Amino acid sequence: MTLDPAAFKPLTDVLAAEGLVTALVLVGMITWGAEAVARHLLRGRVPGSVVAILAGLALAWWGGTVSGGTRGAAGIPWLAGLGLLGGATLRDLAIVATAFGIRPAELAGAGAAGVVGLITGLVVAFALGGVSAYACGYRDPVAVTTIAAGAATYIVGPVTGSALGAGADVIAVAFAAGVIKAILVMLLTPLVARSIGLDNPRAAAVYGGLMGTNSGVVGGLAATDPALVPYGALTATFYTGLGCLVGPSIVHGVVRLLLG
Amino acid sequence: MLIYGTALLGGCLLGGRLAGAWLARQVGVAGDVGGVGIAMLLLVATTALLRRSGRLDAQTTTGIGYWGGIYIPIVVAMAATLDVRAALGGGVVAAVAAGAVVAAAFCLVPVIVRIGGRLPGRDGETA
Repeated sequence: MTLDPAAFKPLTDVLAAEGLVTALVLVGMITWGAEAVARHLLRGRVPGSVVAILAGLALAWWGGTVSGGTRGAAGIPWLAGLGLLGGATLRDLAIVATAFGIRPAELAGAGAAGVVGLITGLVVAFALGGVSAYACGYRDPVAVTTIAAGAATYIVGPVTGSALGAGADVIAVAFAAGVIKAILVMLLTPLVARSIGLDNPRAAAVYGGLMGTNSGVVGGLAATDPALVPYGALTATFYTGLGCLVGPSIVHGVVRLLLG
Repeated sequence: MLIYGTALLGGCLLGGRLAGAWLARQVGVAGDVGGVGIAMLLLVATTALLRRSGRLDAQTTTGIGYWGGIYIPIVVAMAATLDVRAALGGGVVAAVAAGAVVAAAFCLVPVIVRIGGRLPGRDGETA
C-alpha cells in the first residue's frame, strides 16, 4: 500500500488515544465477520471462534511485519489497545470468571484426574521437547533444556532459558515452540474433540493439564464447548507455574545427566 | 448491584495471585504458581456460600457473568498480540517440538480420563 500515512493521522490519533475502545470495536468486528464466514462460507463446519482466532493470528503476523516488533498487531500504535484487551490482567479476570460455571460436585470428580493429566503433561512436554531438540542437532544441556521448556509453554521456555543463561537465539526457538504449540492447540482442539472424548468436565480437566498452554486451552475449548472452559483452564493454569519450577532445576539436572 | 459481582471476582483474582506469589516464594521461583487456579477455586467457594445463604442476586451474578462471557473476544485480542512472525521464523526445531508434544498430549487425553473408573454424569447436580 502506498497511501500517504499523513492523511490518516487524525483518525489514527483518535484510535490510539482510545486504545481499549478501539480494540473492543475491532474485536467485535472481527467476531462478526468470523461468524459470517463460518456460517455462510464454511457452512458451520468450523466454529466461528476458530475463524476469529485465525483472523487474530493473521492480524498479529501482519502487525508484527509492519511494525517490526514482537507484540504482533499491538506494535502498531493505533492498535496498541489490543495489548490491553488481550493482556494478562483482563485475560486472568475473564478466565477466573468462567469458574462461575463450575459445579462443585463436578470439580471433585475432575480434580484427581486433572492432577494426573497435569503431571503427565509436563513430563511429556519436557521429554518430547528435549528429544526434538537433540534430534535437530542440539547437544548443549542448557539449549536442550530451554527448548524442552519451550515445548511446555511460551512462558516456561524463556523463564527457564534466562535462569540457565541460555543465548537469545535458543530462547527465541523455545519461545517459538511455545507459540506454535498454543496455536496448534487452539486450532486442532475443536477438530479432534469428538474422537478423544472431550465432551465432559473431567476430560476437559485432564486435557487442560496435558496441554498446559493456557491460551491454547482456553481458545481451543471455547471453540469446542464454552461450558468446558473453566475445567480446562483450572488445571492448565498450574502448568506454567510448575513448569517454571521444574524446568531450570529437575529437568536441567536430568538433561545434564543424560548428555554427560 | 453489578459492582458487587465484579468486585467479588476481582477480589478472588487478587487473593489467588497473592496466594500464588506466596507459594512461589516458598518454593523459590519468580512469579506466581497457580494464582489464577487458586482464584478460580476461591470464586467457586465464595459464590457457593453466597448462593446457599440466598445473597447471590441476579445483578451480582451479571457482574461476574459479563467477564466470563467476554473471554472469547479477549482470546482473539490475545492471539492478535502473539509474536506469530517469530513463531514462523523459529525454524524446524520449534515446529517439531511443538507438533510432537501436542500430538502426544491429544492421544493421552482418553487414556488418562479412563484412569480412576467411570465418568461422572454431567447431570449429577448433587452435593
